[in-house]
Amino acid sequence: MKLLEVRNLVAEVDNKQILNGVNLTVNAGEVHAVMGPNGSGKSTLSNVLAGRPGYEVTSGSMELMGSPVNGMSVEERAHAGLFLGFQYPIEIPGVANMELLKNAIDSQRSATGEQEIGARELIQRVREVAKELQFSEEFLKREVNVGFSGGEKKRNEILQLMLMQPKLAFLDETDSGLDIDALQVVARGINAFSASDNAVVLVTHYQRLLNHVDVDFVHIMVNGELVKSGGKELALDVEARGYAEFLRS
Amino acid sequence: MSAQSPSSAHDFIGKEYKAGFVTDIEQETFPPGLDEAVIHEISKRKNEPAWLLEWRLRAYKRWLDMPEPTWAKVDFEPIDYQAISYFASPKGDKPKSLDEVDPELLKTYEKLGIPLHEQEVLAGVERDQDSNRVAVDAVFDSVSVTTTFKEELRAHGVIFCSLSEAVADHPELIQQYLGSVVPQGDNFYAALNSAVFSDGSFVYIPKGVRCPMELSTYFRINAQNTGQFERTLIIADEGSYVSYLEGCTAPMRDENQLHAAVVELVALEDASIKYSTVQNWYPGDANGLGGIYNFVTKRGVCRGARSHISWTQVETGSAITWKYPSVILRGDDSKGEFYSVALTNNHQQADTGTKMTHIGRNTSSTIISKGISAGQSSNAYRGRVRMNPGAMKARNFTQCDSLLIGDRASAHTFPSIESQRQDAVVEHEASTSKVNEDQLFLCRQRGIDGEKAVAMIVNGFCKEVFRELPMEFAVEASKLLEVSLEGAVG
Ligand SMILES: Nc1ncnc2c1ncn2[C@@H]1O[C@H](COP(=O)(O)OP(=O)(O)OP(=O)(O)O)[C@@H](O)[C@H]1O
Ligand SMILES: [Mg+2]
Repeated sequence: MKLLEVRNLVAEVDNKQILNGVNLTVNAGEVHAVMGPNGSGKSTLSNVLAGRPGYEVTSGSMELMGSPVNGMSVEERAHAGLFLGFQYPIEIPGVANMELLKNAIDSQRSATGEQEIGARELIQRVREVAKELQFSEEFLKREVNVGFSGGEKKRNEILQLMLMQPKLAFLDETDSGLDIDALQVVARGINAFSASDNAVVLVTHYQRLLNHVDVDFVHIMVNGELVKSGGKELALDVEARGYAEFLRS
Repeated sequence: MSAQSPSSAHDFIGKEYKAGFVTDIEQETFPPGLDEAVIHEISKRKNEPAWLLEWRLRAYKRWLDMPEPTWAKVDFEPIDYQAISYFASPKGDKPKSLDEVDPELLKTYEKLGIPLHEQEVLAGVERDQDSNRVAVDAVFDSVSVTTTFKEELRAHGVIFCSLSEAVADHPELIQQYLGSVVPQGDNFYAALNSAVFSDGSFVYIPKGVRCPMELSTYFRINAQNTGQFERTLIIADEGSYVSYLEGCTAPMRDENQLHAAVVELVALEDASIKYSTVQNWYPGDANGLGGIYNFVTKRGVCRGARSHISWTQVETGSAITWKYPSVILRGDDSKGEFYSVALTNNHQQADTGTKMTHIGRNTSSTIISKGISAGQSSNAYRGRVRMNPGAMKARNFTQCDSLLIGDRASAHTFPSIESQRQDAVVEHEASTSKVNEDQLFLCRQRGIDGEKAVAMIVNGFCKEVFRELPMEFAVEASKLLEVSLEGAVG
């Protein structure tokens, strides 16, 4: 089943065209990696997919779970099963991690007509996941990302991912800034999440993540386009030779 | 796509006022107008002693010579004080028990979630928990309808009744303390209140008693074209403690209505008073039509050593709020606190803050103010911290944060510090920010509806103040905030 289909996507931010015709298809059960130089448009793609205000699609199409996303709000796309792992997770002072999680899960549930999650069930589930990600209890009581280290913020994204169980996870540099142990924890989280009925897109700069996560496809983004796709070997290639050959083309 | 979907914080706010209904009840209302005869009549209705009538008349004479204050950052058409009625009360004698209260009135409080039966508790709170009990004095327009838990409180020596009853039953306390914190001539509205005040609550906590439950007064304006002028007096005797809550609502009407209250707090040696307000007067409609003018004078005096007064307010209602709950720190080592959330939306205007006057040695004060302005509203923090010559080693900490939603709202801060001591320690922090679009995007990406997300972020912004509120009020306050931010505003 196709979870994501992007065709000839052209999009702009502040009247500046950033995506110049992106094509990408992601099926259930797949893990994709997107690599590319700084400023090539990887984060922009994630924002456009999520419907972030200010990101304007000028031509092309996007389908999530088989339906066009035109006219869908940010919330509706999330309810349809899209999850963004943020490159720079933001702090929300005064709002407890648990509160964000509860509201997020409940909004998802109410979209499908389910009942709100009970406090006990929530705490139990959060505890399980937190343990896997080596978060302490105290951590959950803290305000969303406030005072978290860079690595903790990234692990917090994975915590949200695992609790929300989306269909399509688009993780923007969730592996950046992690020490080797944290990288393994995050990779374990991604592997635990990945299943035959969902898919993951990993935006990364480092081939090392691919040592821990089994990736089916690697795409290279240059200048707002996915210029080359291949298997794992493509990542090794890039690691060894950089992006020079793609830039020339 | 951003053109058709709501894109930023101000698209997610609006207003739906849930307490805006009118109670259909036979009422006796004085004809509009104010002169000495009206004051005589109010005093007569209340069977007041001669000294109190004279006290009122003195205030009236002073009021006639006083100018209305113009320094606040609020703007409104001049009020015609002769067009207002100064007394309204449900017809008939004051009910002696709850069984005699008009069922329409009971229904009103039921709708508002205010428990008038002692076995009930505030809406949304678990039953049967002793610690959650709240005694209520219900003031409807100019009169108190009923006061709960009086007997049980009496057993602890605590006096909790309407001010009118206190005048009759405890004249010595009233004569000693009425006007002792807010003098008649303190300001224009306080003088007016002193002349025409109707009902309000009276609290006396005897020496060494920790009040066994929260006390509260719920003010309801119902009558049209009528001003509400209540007056509250709380005395905490040596070593006592009380937590007092105040709530208020009014019907939706196109005309503005005046609410000019006075609250006086007296804390003697080692006594502690915690006073919390959730102010939800009708704010007017989206175009700024109607709403309450909330012109209130609140002041406490820490008379004794080590006494403590703490004001916490959540102001979401009223067309205009003009209010500065203050503390006079007279006793050595006394402590004053002011925690405030003021939210304005649409065309609301708020000018609120506090005054901390340090007189005693080692006195300390803390001010935390959170202003949120949305729509085309204006929200001002006004604070004055004064260290008198005798206030050795006085300390103050002030933090005032403003949050703007949309680009048409305004926030202002007017802090002033007057210190006559070299050894005073004064810290001031201030910030102004907008609801962060990245935070909003994160919440929405997680599926949380934009409206809910704004409320959550704003709630987070107010956290330091909300945590000062008693539990049941904190819950109510965050719900209220959400409601006040509900709907859609262009
Ligand atoms: N709001 C904006 N206004 C103008 N230009 C923008 C805006 N947002 C992004 N850009 C530009 O779009 C280009 C792509 O940015 P994007 O963040 O998508 O890159 P990226 O591939 O994620 O890079 P990195 O690897 O550094 O994270 C950059 O040149 C960036 O400066
Ligand atoms: Mg990026």
